[in-house]
Amino acid sequence: MVATPLGALVVAIVAWLAIGAVGLLRPRDLRMVQLLFPAGAAVALAVAGIAFAALASAPEQMVLPLGLPDLPFHLRLDALSAFFLILLACASAAVSIFSSGYFRAGEGSAPGLIGFQYHVFIAAMALVLVADDAYLFMVAWETMALASFFLVTTDHRIPEIRRAGFLYLLIAHVGAIAILLCFGVLQGGRGDYTFGAMRSAALTGIWPSIAFFLALFGFGAKAGLLPLHVWLPEAHPAAPSPVSALMSGVMLKTAIYGMLRVTFDLLHVQLWWWGAIALALGLLTALFGIIYAAVQTDMKRLLAYSSIENIGVIVAAIGLAILFEANAKPLLAAIALTAALYHALNHAFFKTLLFLVTGSVLHATHERSLGKLGGLIHRMPWVAWLALVGTLAIAGLPPLNGFVSEWLLLQAFLFTPSLPQSFVNMLVPLAAAALVLAVALAAYVMVKFYGVIFLGRPREPNLVHARDAGPRERIALAALAAGCVLLGLFPVTVIDAIDNVNGLLLATTVGHAGQSSWLLLAPFATGRSSYSPLIVLLVIVAVVLVTIQLVHRVWHGRVRRSSAWDCGYPLQTPRMQDTAEGFGQPIRQVFEPFFRMERHLPSPFDARPRYEVRVSDHFWAWLYVPIARAADAVSRLAGRIQQGRIGVYLTISFATLLALLFFVR
Amino acid sequence: MSDIGFLSQLLQVTVALALAPLLVGWVNQCRAWLSNKRAPSILIPYRTIHKLFIKDAVVAENASPIFRLTPYVVFGAMTCAAAIVPSLATDAPFAIAADAIALVGLFALARVFIALAAMDIGTSFGSLGARREMFIGFLAEPALLMVLFTASLISGSTSLPTIVDTLAHRELAIYPSLAFAGVAFTMVSLAENARIPIDNPSTHLELTMIHEAMILEYSARHLALLEWASALKLYNYSCIGLALFVPFGIADAANGLAMLGAVPALIAKLAAGGALLALIETLSAKLRLFRAPEFLGTAFLLAVLGMLVNLLLGS
Repeated sequence: MVATPLGALVVAIVAWLAIGAVGLLRPRDLRMVQLLFPAGAAVALAVAGIAFAALASAPEQMVLPLGLPDLPFHLRLDALSAFFLILLACASAAVSIFSSGYFRAGEGSAPGLIGFQYHVFIAAMALVLVADDAYLFMVAWETMALASFFLVTTDHRIPEIRRAGFLYLLIAHVGAIAILLCFGVLQGGRGDYTFGAMRSAALTGIWPSIAFFLALFGFGAKAGLLPLHVWLPEAHPAAPSPVSALMSGVMLKTAIYGMLRVTFDLLHVQLWWWGAIALALGLLTALFGIIYAAVQTDMKRLLAYSSIENIGVIVAAIGLAILFEANAKPLLAAIALTAALYHALNHAFFKTLLFLVTGSVLHATHERSLGKLGGLIHRMPWVAWLALVGTLAIAGLPPLNGFVSEWLLLQAFLFTPSLPQSFVNMLVPLAAAALVLAVALAAYVMVKFYGVIFLGRPREPNLVHARDAGPRERIALAALAAGCVLLGLFPVTVIDAIDNVNGLLLATTVGHAGQSSWLLLAPFATGRSSYSPLIVLLVIVAVVLVTIQLVHRVWHGRVRRSSAWDCGYPLQTPRMQDTAEGFGQPIRQVFEPFFRMERHLPSPFDARPRYEVRVSDHFWAWLYVPIARAADAVSRLAGRIQQGRIGVYLTISFATLLALLFFVR
Repeated sequence: MSDIGFLSQLLQVTVALALAPLLVGWVNQCRAWLSNKRAPSILIPYRTIHKLFIKDAVVAENASPIFRLTPYVVFGAMTCAAAIVPSLATDAPFAIAADAIALVGLFALARVFIALAAMDIGTSFGSLGARREMFIGFLAEPALLMVLFTASLISGSTSLPTIVDTLAHRELAIYPSLAFAGVAFTMVSLAENARIPIDNPSTHLELTMIHEAMILEYSARHLALLEWASALKLYNYSCIGLALFVPFGIADAANGLAMLGAVPALIAKLAAGGALLALIETLSAKLRLFRAPEFLGTAFLLAVLGMLVNLLLGS
């Protein structure tokens, strides 16, 4: 059984659960927990190896004699599962190594308990990816949601964190109900809930569309699509940083996996307007997320909003792939899908890296607010330089990885020459412009993130005591940064791997359709479009080295240190640098209608002038508050029958029973 | 890669490095003439760069290595871009390393590095400049991409040499889509190169500057490299504009004679472009910062119009 990849994977999942259970034996023993996390990382590396082996091989199935008597667990490992398993394994290996140096006693839950919840979380995510029936899928999905809920509320003594946790749990369950209903529609009334049966079920009429939108809603709630994004900016800052990293880097991707599984694998029928709606929703989410990220002052909230943006980009790419596939343009669909998967992988690397960086900063400074940081590159050089890689990658700059997926997506956008829907044809390039706007804004946001935290002068006096991250944290950060660089420099190799998924879902591949070689990415033909990150990097590095040498040889390399000039202003305090609010001000002004703002401006006569601005989300007022009020009103109505007398309740039960007998019979 | 291809590549980069300061000098000269002043020598930018290289570099006490690395990275990115933009020949071997989209990414890389370096010292003007530069950048990028989209819809390619080849070999007629795109591109170039009406390259008026605010703390060789790099950026943008809208005279095969003919053609076109830039700058006034979205929004709409015209009329 262990000989096959799927068998080995089951063993690995059991190993994760076992490692978690060991942590429960002595939950307060920090040293044992610090050994358990590296063990989890080793299992993760093994999973990465297994999944990589399974990527190119044929789908493999297995039935586990667990679960309900006549509902055993069905498992299946195909290219799509394997791809997301690689993503899960790489990110969680790094997070595990980081965690072993990060969690300390005395902060919230006992470390052993955190270790248990953490490993159950990872194991549940892996199970979601290999589940082959709706029953196991939902069990794993709910285990994942619960484990992450407990991880989010690690510091449950703080009321805001409890509130964030409950909000997360609520939206996770609203989404889970939609997914459950989606599976109900997919099985087509035959009562067989295995994915194999759903694949062969031929839905007709409006049912495929209902299933698609239930999936988009249900998985969108987990991924953070508009308007179900509200839990992300609450839950991510509440959770400990490694947990935020895992949730943002990996858990959001399980929702993307679910979307792809349902849309491309289970529902083969695809209507073009599904794609158009997913595209529009994705782009709206991307723009919304990044505009909000630009005005955040809490570093983890900023990253949470940036995750919303990245999920939006991925969903837009999926929408584009549906649009092309439904119009029988398989090569373009494959490029769009490749862009979606590539971006998911990239996001797993750079967002995990950046969330872990915020963890290191948080430990060193005990400060999450951007307005109280600054100048940390001098105190924490390791973290700062590795964070720079993540920052440049997420800002979508060549030659790093974020740029490759955006380049691919823009290529797919650009070469939409002849879709039959001429209206869509004209809107697609505009959608590309919206994408570019989101990407350019991402650069703005990341300059703010990096510049305010690491550059400039320390805004608070106690920052001079900040210490750099420990060796384990450094290893984890360095591994993720190296991943960002490698994924950026060798896109063709990565795309060759992703092509297995394209082959499974679309029966087309991109890798060798054009004139790509390992050095040059050219999905169509070199004359049409090409990009080679390695050459670009080598040319820039060569020019930099030659310039340094020439300047120093021909002239000189003398440097004199002096105080900053700043147009000769004598008084310069660190408080005169841009704050996070200041840096986001242009965005606040340009996109003013997007925000709900409460501003308090000081008047010239104030004895103690105070400037205050609070930015919140329109969706709360427009959507959530009315829903909450309605729920309140309904429950107050229902409360009327709550008399507290047993006779009344028995009468109601009796009436219900009679009604059921009457209707169901 | 053939030897002659390599030579043409080398010539293209050398010409770019050599001509870029001259272009800036020429624009300054034209500006002076147009405002009835006595013009400075056209060679002033070279002398400035040389003077700056001789001086001792003064670096702020709390500068991090990012601050000292940035001039080299920016210079490297701009030189790399100069190798890719088909200014002299369309078969430069490095040109395939980046298409038009990747070129935009390369410019963004330079911009992000300058903005980070500006925030590094922690002065009020530095972060002000960084914020404004990123602000202009995110407004300009979608418009720039729309322009490139229009050009690539005509040629079915995002690779600049192919675009040039396609556009240079059609019959001479006015393409309405390209006319729209040309105006939009000019507006974007003004914003991206810190020219009037978005920014003023000759100002050190503290509250209005953008680019100058970011490089305020630089001196000597670092400043020289940054000045040279921004000259190269202007040169690159001019060459992209020439390649898209006036692609005539660019050698389509790398033989020595064609290249020799391409250099004077390029100089003539750049001289005309520089004079046009000076004219625009003289005729317009600098906009308030928060009028920049309107300006670049107009550029974006023009580019979209061009693209729609292309889709509707096929021309």
